[in-house]
Amino acid sequence: MAVVAIVVFMLLRLTTGDPAAIIAGDNATSQDVAAIRERLGLDRPLVEQFVIWLGRLLRGDFGESFFFKKQVSELILERVEPTLALATCTIVLTVALAIPLGILAAWRRGTWLDRIVMGFSVLGFSVPVFVIGYLLIYLFAIELAWLPVQGYQRLRDGLGGFVERLILPSVTLAVVFVALIARITRASVLEVLNADYVRTARAKGLSELPVMVRHVLRNAAVPIVTVIGVGIAVLIGGVVVTESVYSIPGLGRLTVDAVLARDYPTVQAVILVFSVVYVLINLLVDLSYTFLDPRIRY
Amino acid sequence: MRRGNRSTVLGGTIFAVIVAIGLLAPLLATSDPAQIDPTVRNKRPGAERTVRGDDGRARAFRFWMGTDTLGRDVYSRVVYGARVSLVVGVTVAVVSAVAGLVIGLLAGYLRWLDGLVMRVMDGLMAIPSILLAIGLVSLSRAGLRSVILAIVIPEVPRVVRLVRSLVLSLREEPYVEAAVALGARTPALLVRHVLPNTLAPLVVQATFVCASAILLEAILSFLGVGIPPETPTWGNIMAEGRALFRVFPHNILFPGIFLASTVLAVNMLGDGLRDMLDPRIRKRI
Repeated sequence: MAVVAIVVFMLLRLTTGDPAAIIAGDNATSQDVAAIRERLGLDRPLVEQFVIWLGRLLRGDFGESFFFKKQVSELILERVEPTLALATCTIVLTVALAIPLGILAAWRRGTWLDRIVMGFSVLGFSVPVFVIGYLLIYLFAIELAWLPVQGYQRLRDGLGGFVERLILPSVTLAVVFVALIARITRASVLEVLNADYVRTARAKGLSELPVMVRHVLRNAAVPIVTVIGVGIAVLIGGVVVTESVYSIPGLGRLTVDAVLARDYPTVQAVILVFSVVYVLINLLVDLSYTFLDPRIRY
Repeated sequence: MRRGNRSTVLGGTIFAVIVAIGLLAPLLATSDPAQIDPTVRNKRPGAERTVRGDDGRARAFRFWMGTDTLGRDVYSRVVYGARVSLVVGVTVAVVSAVAGLVIGLLAGYLRWLDGLVMRVMDGLMAIPSILLAIGLVSLSRAGLRSVILAIVIPEVPRVVRLVRSLVLSLREEPYVEAAVALGARTPALLVRHVLPNTLAPLVVQATFVCASAILLEAILSFLGVGIPPETPTWGNIMAEGRALFRVFPHNILFPGIFLASTVLAVNMLGDGLRDMLDPRIRKRI
């Protein structure tokens, strides 16, 4: 985590653009720029800036946004709901779709079903998120007019509108994620299918469904969960793009806006928050191994 | 044909076609991709207009893929866009493979370096690659070189990990021990005995890096933080098409199809190569 903090800090300070000049605007004198620079602490040595930044960070203070003129922590809290809603929907949708698809493909290996699932998986991996997004908008929001085109509605302003506006973005984002997880589910299920205990389970007369769920899936779970964890990186990247496509005022949109405005405190904070989430989820994944496979102990 | 072969041939063929389009862009394009013409703004695909040639005779000119809001011919822009995507994809793949190979070899073989290098790589990998690239792009003025650099940095750690893990197992191989016993010095040992055995998986990995670099470049351009908007890239054409998407979807559709088929082709090439060269290595994400 310390390395992440240093990388994130250095990343945005090794820059050619001067944020003070940007904030001051076109008509500012050089005195104005210097005053702003001093107020923001940009005139101090790099190491000192880093120590101050880290100290504040540990107290939960991300500093003030150069551009939005607000506390960054406040800004992030405002934007977290849409992103969280989108990510949760996507993960639920993905798990609900990808795991059955992967199992089906492995179970009927070599048939047309397998080929369709695998073809879809390669395709989902290759078509960029925003192209999928616009295709879905065109189809479902413009041609068929079933769903709203873009935008976001907060949960407290009504459940109907909230869900309605979340369907297309979640599906968009889920396509990539489903492709990834279905592929790995198929591969790990295939490995388990040849095991002796699967033959035994079938031999003792169990029907296919209990065999798949109780014997195969349980033993194939570790790699699947690992990839879900690693895939969070793909998901976060997708969130940034999807929020731009659907004009959702979430953290991803904030990242892009902040980068365009060269708003360093915000960019640093958002990248840091996303990275911490990513690392924490993968820690959880590691911990879940002991639960999924009692043979693994730490 | 074996599955790996088929995938390689198909992917390779599509990729070759895209490369040909990129190389022959000046011949294939029907007009200057940067030429702005307010009289033909937002034309639908297949729209025709008559232009008077140098000899004074009128002839029909067709916008195969329509025009954008500034009246530029989308077809010509898409054709030229292939160049940017290919240059970015191939350059990123080569640079990250070489950098990753060198760092990975050293980290895998020199124990004292390993800890430090791998901590840095872990730190870089903890930041999702799109975010890291977006952050890096904002550092310098937007341009082809800074975009390439911004994509290389998140990709390198993945290559380093692969090479390092290969080196760690290779160094235990009997022929490496034999070379050590015969008095081979470390540089010679790495280059002559370890390096050749890392190449096959490295090539496969480089193919996947190429695919993801093409995607990343398009995403950066699309978000407006990549290559400057006047340069025709697939991401830029789509970014321009966003505002009027409801009425003129072709600005997003056509570059989208090209982008998706290129990435698909490179991924298929990688899958096929992996199956052919070494069935044991799995796709790394």
